[in-house]
Amino acid sequence: MIPAQFDYVAPATVEEALALLAEHGDEAKVMAGGQSLLPVLRMRLNAPGVVVDISRIEELRSITDDGDAIRIGAGATYQDVLDSDLVREHLTLLHQAVAEVADPQIRHRGTVCGALAHADPAGDVGAPALALDAQMVIRGSEGERTVPGSEFFVDLFETAVGEGELLTAVVIPKHTGWGSHYEKFVRVSHQWAIVGVAVTVRVEGGTIAEAKVGLTNMGSTPLRAPAVEAALVGQPASEEAIGAICAQVGEGTDPPSDLNGQADYRRHVAGVLTRRAVLAAAGA
Amino acid sequence: MSKISVKVDGVTYEDEVEPRTLLVHYLREQLGKTGTVVGCDTSNCGACTVHLDGRSVKSCNVLAVQADGHEVTTIEGLAGADGALTPVQEAFRDCHALQCGYCTPGMIMQATDLLAENPDPTEEDVRLGMEGNLCRCTGYHNIVKAVLQAAGARAGEHA
Repeated sequence: MIPAQFDYVAPATVEEALALLAEHGDEAKVMAGGQSLLPVLRMRLNAPGVVVDISRIEELRSITDDGDAIRIGAGATYQDVLDSDLVREHLTLLHQAVAEVADPQIRHRGTVCGALAHADPAGDVGAPALALDAQMVIRGSEGERTVPGSEFFVDLFETAVGEGELLTAVVIPKHTGWGSHYEKFVRVSHQWAIVGVAVTVRVEGGTIAEAKVGLTNMGSTPLRAPAVEAALVGQPASEEAIGAICAQVGEGTDPPSDLNGQADYRRHVAGVLTRRAVLAAAGA
Repeated sequence: MSKISVKVDGVTYEDEVEPRTLLVHYLREQLGKTGTVVGCDTSNCGACTVHLDGRSVKSCNVLAVQADGHEVTTIEGLAGADGALTPVQEAFRDCHALQCGYCTPGMIMQATDLLAENPDPTEEDVRLGMEGNLCRCTGYHNIVKAVLQAAGARAGEHA
């Protein structure tokens, strides 16, 4: 399969990239690692006139310590994230989820920000990003704005990034010392999650003091589970205490029905995975 | 057309390519490096795996223009100039780690990357590290054995 023809430009700076996006409007498509975009182009599900490759913009490659948060640039690959001691120490949940993305070859090229901007609800980084209260940094000709994860994901493959804008980084508050676990349910190990659950908890003396839960592929966007998060607080980290709470995680969600499972099956599986993830995160 | 300069298996090539040209098609059709094969054409199977700047990638999921200024190693660039096979290649032959052989170039490239990162893998490390490479003959058992044997051989080399 060969993509339709397009022009290719590889700007060296964010300013150049924004000028190109402004010039080409909805004909332009941003590419970082290209691991989601190239299959789309090959299958001709999309045929942009211009592909703007941002992977050669040096300033976007970095993963930096911003004090209370870690900043992951739009050019940082999954492998860069896996190799980052900052992410491993302060954003353990994201580190665990990124290790579950696709396969090594894809992780060597694909980027966390690219996946967030692609906004596939079955992708593995949306749920942990949401659960960790990520802030998305978006730049356009008007300047820079920061959008919380809760407002970033709009719908299936749709985000708050507007035409002519670029997601330049994701900034995620440190969760140093929090327990965490990403539980991914798949049929084939390198495939998309049928359901995934991202959990991070702060445990004090055997009791859950704070809990954050994100869901993969349980709707048209990644989701948070605020009712379950609230109910977990104050509970001992034991199966008896949290089992019934976690089983409710699918309530009110509208997951897809497909060959891998019907919506009610996914709601059930989400409950099972949440129990496993909470117990693993809490070290029980 | 875009002008690219890519070092492939130690030789630098300057070429004109259409931006939409996939790296695998550039390697096979413009450079004649048919050792790298197209398997599924959907970025699932890993048969087209090559190394880009030393790390494994699926060359059906990379544009040739993205490789501009970078270095590619294919299955044809692994063996020494005298034809001496690498430990991974030797192990695949010794362990009969292929049936039809179609997945083999990708398997060997991924196994080489895996062992460069983790020279002493467990069986589980190997199975997980090879998750992006499919063998339609389902000959995984001997493939895993070969990678573990190659790791042992490498350990022997350093001893």
